[in-house]
Parts: sequence; C-alpha cells; structure tokens
Amino acid sequence: MTPSRRVGKPLVFLAALAPALWLAWTLLVEWRGADWPGAGWLGADPVEKLQGETGRWTLIFLALTLAVTPLRRLLGWNWLQPYRRMLGLFAFLYATLHLLNYVALWMTFDLGDIAEDVAEHPWVWIGVTAWALLVPLAITSTKGWVRRLGGKRWQRLHRIVYVVAIAGLVHFFLAVKRDVQEPTIYALVFATLLGARLVLRRGRGITPRRAGTKREEMHPIASDASVPSP
Amino acid sequence: MIIRKPADIPSSEITDERLYLSRRAFIGTAGALGLLAATGGASSLLACTTRDEGESAGGVAPDDELTPYEDVTSYNNFFEFGTDKADPQHNARGFVTRPWSVAVAGLVKKPGTYALEDFLQPHRIEDRVYRMRCVEGWSMVIPWRGVPLKDMIARFEPLPGAKFVEFETLHDPKRMPGQRRPVLTWPYREGLRLDEAMHPLTLMVTGLYGKELPNQNGAPLRLVIPWKYGFKGIKSIVAMRFVEQQPLNTWQEAAPHEYGFYANVNPNVDHPRWSQAKERRIGEFRRRDTLMFNGYADQVASLYAGMDLRKHY
Repeated sequence: MTPSRRVGKPLVFLAALAPALWLAWTLLVEWRGADWPGAGWLGADPVEKLQGETGRWTLIFLALTLAVTPLRRLLGWNWLQPYRRMLGLFAFLYATLHLLNYVALWMTFDLGDIAEDVAEHPWVWIGVTAWALLVPLAITSTKGWVRRLGGKRWQRLHRIVYVVAIAGLVHFFLAVKRDVQEPTIYALVFATLLGARLVLRRGRGITPRRAGTKREEMHPIASDASVPSP
Repeated sequence: MIIRKPADIPSSEITDERLYLSRRAFIGTAGALGLLAATGGASSLLACTTRDEGESAGGVAPDDELTPYEDVTSYNNFFEFGTDKADPQHNARGFVTRPWSVAVAGLVKKPGTYALEDFLQPHRIEDRVYRMRCVEGWSMVIPWRGVPLKDMIARFEPLPGAKFVEFETLHDPKRMPGQRRPVLTWPYREGLRLDEAMHPLTLMVTGLYGKELPNQNGAPLRLVIPWKYGFKGIKSIVAMRFVEQQPLNTWQEAAPHEYGFYANVNPNVDHPRWSQAKERRIGEFRRRDTLMFNGYADQVASLYAGMDLRKHY
C-alpha cells in the first residue's frame, strides 16, 4: 500500500462514516431529550428526517461508487480504484440504515404492517428489493470472493449495481409527494454515470489509458487496485 | 358542542408560555392537561372534545398533549414557501400580511372585498384545541384561535343556490417564492360543501397558542377543518366564493387518484401509496391508531350518512 493510500483510506473511511455517526448522535440526543450539540437538528419529525437522510446518503454513495470507473477511464484517475469497494460498502451501510429506520422507527417493528406495506405498495417493495440486491454484492466484495468467482463472473454479478441504482431512483421518485426536483437531480447524475459507460463501451480501445489500467484488468487479483470494473 | 371563551382574556395571559415553548413534546401529559385545567376557563378548551367523553367518543384523548409551539411552527406543508417542511419557517419570515383583504363572491347576498380587520371585526375570537392529521401520516394537537366559519358565512347570507364554498390562497410569486415553480397549479384552492363549512367545528383561524398566526402556518387567515386531512386547511386566504357546483381543489387536480374533494380522515381508506390506519404524533416515536374522522365522528359522521367513503375519499 502506497503512503498516500495509507493516509487516504482512513480519511475517506471517516468522512464516509461521519454522516452515519452524526445521524446516530442526533437520534441519541433526541431520544434522551438532552440539550447537547445537535439537539433539534432532526426537527419536529425525527423519524421522517432520518428516513430521508439515510436514503439520500445511500444514493450519494451509489453515485460515488459508480463514478469511479468513468473517472478512471476518462481522466485516468486510477488512484480512485482502491476506494471503490469502500464506497460501495458505505452505500450498503446507508441502505441498511434506511431499511432499519423504516422497520424500527417508522413501522415500530410491526411485522404485519410491514408485510402489508411491502406487498401493497410498489415503491416500498422496489426499495426493499434494491436493498436485497445489494446484499450479495456486499458479501462478494472481498478479494477472496473475486478470486473464488473469477474476474468475469464477479464483474457480471456486480453489474446488478446498475439495477440497484435505477430501482433506488424509481423508489425516490415514487416516494415524493409532489416536488420531483431532488429526485430529478439524482436522476441526471445517474444518467450521466451510466451514460458514460455506454460511451466508453462504444469507444473501447480508442480511449487513452494509463499503463497500469490494462495490467490490472488482465490480472484482477494482482493488487489492491484489482477489483474489475463493472 | 361549541366552546366559548371570553375574547378579552388572551391565553398568553393565562397560560405559561414556557410550557408552550419547551423544546420537545416530552412534557408529561398530566402536566400539560393539569396546567390547562388550572387555568380555569382554559379547561373548557378541551371540553369540546374530551377526556370525559373518552377516546371512543372521539375527543382529545387523555394522552393527547399539545404539540410544542416550536414543532407546530417549524414543520409545515405550505408549498407557497417551499416544499421542504422546514422551508416555510425560513422563507415566510419577511412575508407581510398587512394590508390584507378578502374577496367574498358568488351566490351570496353581501359580496364584496373586505379589509381583514372588517372581515373579522364583528366576530368573537375563540380558542379551540384540535387534533390535526396530515394525509402523509403524522399528526399534531394544536391550540388554534379563530372564528367559527359558520358565523362569517351567515353574515354574508348565501343564496339558496349556493351548495359549496371555494377558497383561494394569495397568488403572488414575488412574496411567495414557492409559487415560482409549478409544483402545484397556483393559486392553491380548496372547497367545502356548504354544510361542512357551516359545521360548528370548522374554524377560520387567525392565531395559535394564543398569539397571532405565524406566517408559516398560513397568516393572516386560514381554514381548519379538524376531521379532514390537513391539506383541506387552506392558508393565507384571499377569496371565498359561494358556488353551485363542487369545486376542484388543488390536490385533487394534481393527483386525483390520491387526493379527493372530501379528504375526511379515515383509517379504513388507504392512500394509494401508504396505509392511513396509523399515524405518528409529532414528538412521539410510537404510532397511534388513526381515529375515524380524526376522532370527531360523533360530531360529523352524520354529514356523510349513506355516502360511500371509499368512493368519496
């Protein structure tokens, strides 16, 4: 591991974890009714606020994860590659917090109501499905799993992230009452990130690449920077 | 049952404001109710709905405590000032509500444009504590101050042909920044059947917590119909029209399969995207059962006798 990465990884890790820590802290403050810093940040309806914030952070981390490959290909920013797994796992963390908030605080663990809600409302089951699809991706995110599956198969499996991104967006559009401004912004970001892949695919071989890229793609297990790009 | 309280005693004089202002809702129920009771006249505020009648009778149940002032004024659906619930508090800060006038038109003997002061002047202002259930699934308990709409309507003398009343919000994108985007068809419009408008519970609101109505809550004049979802409570009203045909309200126009004309609180008729059986009271983490007609069934159910409430949602 290069020195910059040795510093960079913990920094990115802490930055990515910060929103979760903040949300957990504000919830604790709310719960205790304490007058500590962050009191009142969750507003009048903390449950709704947490639902919105965890959903937002899920989409942000999905977008960051999906940005790695196009940025490497287009700008040669190969130094991003080692962070991609971490970013993807954070997307999964926030999606899980989003689901947990729904189950615990929104639906207060009422399994009957949850089953009914999921069964009857498309936007709810689309969201739950998107989360479920992230589970195998999180599990197989390790180097061991890349080796076990083989680069090609691993890559094919991880293309599920595109389905998750689109499902997440649809979920967001269906969740808003009327104002689609915010989901539209996310839609444009995802359209750009997925569109860039189509452009890259068509232009494969023409796009200039740095020396390291090719080697890594040929030997996916060779280095930390090795996980193939979906 | 209507509860009157002398208008010359503002609640701010008799009720400890610090209680209202305390940051969150975890004030003990007993404390809140006890304090109201201790204020004498104020105990009648709760009587319309009350403890004695019990939960099933549809009143403010023993555990219905007032939603803190801070929550009532920082969590608002008032799209004219932004679509986020925290927006109106910020964006409505400089909203000037004087001078203000209200146009009364349509099938009525005394149409005209009334200055706000003249519009309100003949009426006695009352304080009423009502539950407020939002169509989104959350609820509050708010001490409103206002005039029973029926008193105003009687004054303008509707003609026999008048079957509905239509209300309109101010349309002024310069002063209401939310109107600069076509989120809804502006101006916001709402309507009531004349008998709903004449119901003693229907209140033309001018204040809350014993004070003047804050801008973010619909100053200077808004409607509160406690047995209906909150969006029926049109804010910053500038026009009132008496009509023969059922008017099209803004949310019904925006999404007719989700929002109807009646919008009566009904735990048995779900919104297409979520159940309406339960609600989260602002300030609490648990969910409560939503009550038929928001707990005012005894008073209003007769208005809808024989109607299919699934069809007329």
